[in-house]
Amino acid sequence: MTATGSILYLDGVSVTFDGFRAINNLSLVLAPGEMRAVIGPNGAGKTTMMDIITGKTRPDAGQVIFGAETDLTKLDEPAIAALGIGRKFQKPTVFEPLTVWDNLLLALSGDRRPRFTLWARETEDECQRIHDILKTIRLGAQIHRRSGALSHGQKQWLEIGMLLAQEPQLLLVDEPVAGMTDSETAQTAELLVEINRTRSVVVVEHDMAFVRALGVKVTVLHEGSVLSEGSIDHVSEDPKVVEVYLGR
Amino acid sequence: MSRLSTRICVALVLGSALLMAALNLYTNAGSPVHVPTYAVSLVGKYLSFAILALAVDLVWGFGGILSLGHAAFFALGGYAMGMYLMRQIGPRGVYGNAILPDFMVFLNYKELPWYWHGFDNPAFAIVMAIVIPGFLAVIFGFLAFRSRVSGVYLSIITQALTYALLLAFFRNDMGLGGNNGLTDFKEMFGLSLQADTTRAGLLVATAIALTLCLLVSRFVVASRFGKVLIAVRDSESRTRFLGYRPESYKLFVFVLSAIMAGIGGALYVPQVGIINPSEFSPANSIEAVIWVAVGGRGTLVGAILGAVLVNAGKTYLTGAFPEVWLFALGFLFILVTLLLPNGVLGMLQSRGKKDAS
Repeated sequence: MTATGSILYLDGVSVTFDGFRAINNLSLVLAPGEMRAVIGPNGAGKTTMMDIITGKTRPDAGQVIFGAETDLTKLDEPAIAALGIGRKFQKPTVFEPLTVWDNLLLALSGDRRPRFTLWARETEDECQRIHDILKTIRLGAQIHRRSGALSHGQKQWLEIGMLLAQEPQLLLVDEPVAGMTDSETAQTAELLVEINRTRSVVVVEHDMAFVRALGVKVTVLHEGSVLSEGSIDHVSEDPKVVEVYLGR
Repeated sequence: MSRLSTRICVALVLGSALLMAALNLYTNAGSPVHVPTYAVSLVGKYLSFAILALAVDLVWGFGGILSLGHAAFFALGGYAMGMYLMRQIGPRGVYGNAILPDFMVFLNYKELPWYWHGFDNPAFAIVMAIVIPGFLAVIFGFLAFRSRVSGVYLSIITQALTYALLLAFFRNDMGLGGNNGLTDFKEMFGLSLQADTTRAGLLVATAIALTLCLLVSRFVVASRFGKVLIAVRDSESRTRFLGYRPESYKLFVFVLSAIMAGIGGALYVPQVGIINPSEFSPANSIEAVIWVAVGGRGTLVGAILGAVLVNAGKTYLTGAFPEVWLFALGFLFILVTLLLPNGVLGMLQSRGKKDAS
């Protein structure tokens, strides 16, 4: 396999924490514009995989290539974010003392250096972009509210809005529907499909109904490597997957 | 609300400093409205402490960096000013040596150490009062923030920093007066430090410096930079995944804060007439944090209020009941932590909001 033609390419990636192999010879290829669901039992290495892609954890071995030839293992988190890889965490992490507007403003793609932000004024273009995002995430009425005062679901949406504001090429989403109601879950699935029209997406999720609703290719992780890959029906009939999920 | 409180604070600081200076200079000693010179210098000292408190609030209240060594920057600024004031003494010292300060004659120095050169020039000394604390903050902050040291670990190494400086400045070999520090100052800019006009001028200068520091701090925290800083305070790793470099933001605000503390120290020394190594003692830095906590963390104006209130209380208590001051300070800190988590200003603001609604 080569990195040509993929947006994200992991090959032979391994990482060990204190002797525990969290990721073991993991390989995964994501095509541009693809949405991929990653599932797996607790401790399968899903979050560690996200950490490696976003620069939080450095792998002991293996290649992580973004786009044609950018080696992600050499970069740190802000550099990787600047390349166009956005990440949404399991717990909604918005900046609670700041307003909804300010949260989106800080997330907007643009110059991140102190010497710029110290003097920066909101431009018309920035205001327009924020208004567009507010429409998508349906928080238009909450512009000046402290984001800490939002409901759980609204925070999740704000965080997705912040990801959109970053204008990433690749979006990593960690358990987006944890703690959501059924209708919020369905809306989130719609939103992700919408986002996927212009961006590549990797979704980590436990909720099988949600994964089925997305209707995309699924990768099953187990003990740090790929156990099975294919459509949701294919993997759920795979005897190896059944064994892992139902126990021996 | 914060804009209003800033305006009130600026008016109060400048107004009361000018009023006190005028009442000191233009009324007779017998007059009921006369302000004695010692009170002018006392308030001048409070306002220098307020600059230190503002500096602490900027890093702690907005950047989440709990520095327990900020008095070190204050003392360094103070030493830079003290070196200038020592050189101004000239041949009027006890030993009458035109070049060497008394303590150097006493310790058998043959010539002025190289790092004392230039301090006979006031402009150079003022620049050094800014550059030396700033430079130390750049080195310290760069290493600490790049290595992602934060929280209590950072607080502990800031304590170690100020303690190391305390020990270093105690040494006679340091060439800065050792245990006794620098004192016996005579003149500043050719004006007698004992003169009422000089004292009044120093009070007004301190009030102006405090106002400028407050306005600069307000500008920084109200800018987009300030919003990023609050984001870093609350969730540093999240800002990294958004593409910001928290270490650059922390370093900038830390250096700015150290410079402010240095300016505070430089204004403090001529008004109290002495600078010695005890200014580096870790307890001083902790006291500064208490001023900020009492006044209201993350409000800027609250830091100024806290510094003035606590120091006025200290002046009264150490005079009236010297033995209870430390207990009172400890009790105050516990009280504020338990009952007024947002400080005095926070309490006033939430009162104001309740009344308005």
